[in-house]
This record gives sequence, C-alpha cells and structure tokens, in this order.
Amino acid sequence: MPKKVLLDSKKIDIILNRLVCQLVENHKDFDNTVLIGLQPRGAFLIDKILEIFNKEYPTIDIKSGILDFTFFRDDFRRSEKTLSASSTKINFSVENKNVVLIDDVLFTGRSIKAAMSSMDSYGRPNSIELLVLIDRRYKREIPIEANYCGAKIDTFKGDRVNVVWGEKSKDNIIYIEN
Amino acid sequence: MDKLSVDHLLGIKSLKKSDINLIFKTAIHFKEVINRPIKKVPTLRDITIANLFFENSTRTKISFELAQKRLGADVVNFSSSSSSVKKGESLTDTVNNILAMKVDMIVLRHPNPGSPLLLSKNTNSCIINAGDGAHEHPTQALLDCFSLTEHLGDLKDKNILIVGDILHSRVALSNIYALNLLGANIKISCPLSLIPREIESLNVSIETDIIKALKWCDAVNVLRVQKERMEKSYFPNDREYSMLYGLDTTKINNIKKDILILHPGPINRGVEITSEIVESNNSIILDQVENGVAIRMAVIYLLASKMNFSISEQ
Repeated sequence: MPKKVLLDSKKIDIILNRLVCQLVENHKDFDNTVLIGLQPRGAFLIDKILEIFNKEYPTIDIKSGILDFTFFRDDFRRSEKTLSASSTKINFSVENKNVVLIDDVLFTGRSIKAAMSSMDSYGRPNSIELLVLIDRRYKREIPIEANYCGAKIDTFKGDRVNVVWGEKSKDNIIYIEN
Repeated sequence: MDKLSVDHLLGIKSLKKSDINLIFKTAIHFKEVINRPIKKVPTLRDITIANLFFENSTRTKISFELAQKRLGADVVNFSSSSSSVKKGESLTDTVNNILAMKVDMIVLRHPNPGSPLLLSKNTNSCIINAGDGAHEHPTQALLDCFSLTEHLGDLKDKNILIVGDILHSRVALSNIYALNLLGANIKISCPLSLIPREIESLNVSIETDIIKALKWCDAVNVLRVQKERMEKSYFPNDREYSMLYGLDTTKINNIKKDILILHPGPINRGVEITSEIVESNNSIILDQVENGVAIRMAVIYLLASKMNFSISEQ
C-alpha cells in the first residue's frame, strides 16, 4: 500500500505549538513539573517541544529527561525478538513532581503502562500526564488515554503510523502505511 | 536486536565477537539501572535461577545473586558442603532434581573443568559457567574487558598484560579468549614455572622481565597466586615472587607512564600487589566489581530472552 500522508510539516508545527500552549496553560511556570520523553520515538518529540519552549517561553526553566522502559515491558520472552534497550537520562528525582510523559504515537497503551511502572524507579510523582502527537483511536488494549493530544486518527490493526523528523522542520511528516 | 549465538554461557571460547559486543551494549543499560534510586526491574519475574557453588566464592556469588535479584528473578542458593553431594549424589542427578522443582536457569561453579558443558548436555536448562576449575571464568573476563573498554575505548591493538599465576587461572584463559576476539595484543609475565605449555598458540607473547612488560602495556590485569590448586612448589617463596612479579610503587614509578590496573580478586596484599597500588588512582578494581553486576545482568537477560515463554490456555 502506498504511503498516505496524515500530517505535513505545516500542520505538525501548528499542533506542536498548540500542545506547548496547553502545557503552559496547565503548568504555568513549571516550578514543580518535569517533562519526560519516552524512548525511542518520544525522545525526538521532546526535543521539538523543548525547542519551542526555548524560542517562545525563554524565561521558563524546564527540567526534562528521557526514559527507556524496555525492562518493564510485558512482552519479554513473548516473541522471537530480543527486546533492545535505549539509554535513560533522568538526573533528578520525580518524587512529588508533576510528570508529563511524552511519546509520538499512542496505540495499545501497553508502552505507557510500562513507562509508568518504570518511572517508579525515580520516586513517587504527585501526578502523571500523557502528551502524544498521534492517538490511534479504538486500538487501546488497556485503559489509558492522553491528556494532551495532537491529532486523533482511525487505523486498521496492521497499519503503521510513522512520524519522521527531518533535519529542517519543513521536512517533518507523518504518514500511514500497511 | 541481535541475539546471542549460544543458549548457554559455558566459556568465552564458544562466543563470537558480536556476542561480546551485544553483552557490553546491554550491560551499559543495566549499569544505568543499578545506579537508579530503585535498582530493581521486573523483567525476569517469571524466572527461577539456582546458584550451584561447589567451590568457595564471595564476589562472584554475591554479584550473580545481586544481578538476578535486580532483574526480579527468584533465586535459590546451593552450597555443596550442606548438600546430598556429600552422600555421593552425582552432579547431573543433583541438578536434575533441582530442575524438577521448576528451576529455569543454573549458575554453576565447580572444581572440575568441563562440568558446565556436561550439564548443558545432560539437563534441560540454561547453564552459566561461574568458573570451572582452571578452565574458564567467562563472566569475569567479560567484566574485565568491559571495564577496560570504559577507560580505553575499542580494545583493538591495545596492549594488555596479564601478570600472575597463569597456569592455574581460569580468569587468564577466559581473558585471553576475550581479548583475542576484541583484537587486543596480549602479553603474559610470570615465573616460567607458571606458564602453561602451548600458551603462544593462543596469540599470546611471554615476557619474564616485568618492567619491560609494564612499559609495553596500556593496562595490566594482576592475578592471584592460586596456592589451593598447586600440588607442588612453583617458586621459592612469596617474598621472592613479590620482589620479582608483585606490583609495587617502585615498579610503577620505574615505568614512567600511566597504566590501568585490574585485579579480579581476592587480593593477597603484599604478594601480587601492594595496598598502595590497589588504592592508587590508576586502579579500576572497584569499577570491575560494579561492572560485574551489570555484565551478569546482561548475560542472564540475553540468555533468558532465548527461553520460550508458555502459559497454557485453558
């Protein structure tokens, strides 16, 4: 099946700016809030979000990190593949913090469940929110929903949603294929 | 992600370079895990591991047990002194009885070379060799090389010296196999009586003048004299050994260069190495101990990921 473009770079820019505005609206000066990108794909999205913060809200000082949750996944030994980990960089405690987890695509919800369990290793947060760029509706296998969502799309199970970050923002694109 | 090419870790000899790189890559992530405020992950919560130690061990046993517990596995420990082995039970029977209690993986230390291979052929379990006589100690070599790469980067063409009782050392043999796979140049230095026959066939050169050898190397791995494996005297006394081959401040100052110093432990201070050298800035002995847990977590994780999971659907 040919690739079908879901969002072009212009729409992605608008969405990212809206998501940042929503975060600022809810967390104001980010005194007690931290942003955590989920490996592997959420690490790219959090970079884009932090770029917008630096440009539009330079006075806000944001603590951020990236989290790998491979060792907390529920499909270890369930497939032929060995689960491969990525790096984690969190140099602060999340104890009593308001945490915003950031990922590019919300699908079954199992990754988010694993990520929330994994975050327990860094303390007990005051609250956890979820920000995603794409929500694949009606595909959840566990009851998890996003607090901040870029776009909701309907897909078939075998479809793949690819978020591609180009070297320049005009090269960003999100497409679907199966 | 690639998988290990083996189903058991019997020795470095059976590994490929890609296996070692995969273990190192995985160990980097586990090193981050064991430095978290909460150091435990639930990955192996459905796995039970038995540690069978037929020889004394402090470091290796604790390191394996910590690695297993950090991975969330259930652990049972076995010591030959308080077991039915004393009543004449064979190794295979002992292990098959333990496996009948639904144990998934065996970590074995045994005085007889080849015992992990024997078990892997006669039992239906994943076997990890934690030292078999004077044969191999694969996880020690992996953690030694991992510690070296942290400080020296790629070990290709790096000069690594091994000093000590090569003849009786499983650590030496496993290190030689691992360093060869990683492309390092290897030299050994010790009394001629402690050099095994045909060692040069393993791509190892011999230098009995320790000062020359130290000047040549980027790192030196100092091994203990294993008196418990010696049936006769291989050198006149500890004092002479220490004067000729013991690492001390005089020898290190003499070479006028910085080299990394490793020791797998246990250390006989004042014999193969002095306290000043153990505690010097160039010593990475405690790094080795920390890396030991991460490497063993990586080995257990990668071997466990090759074990099929099944829950019967009713």
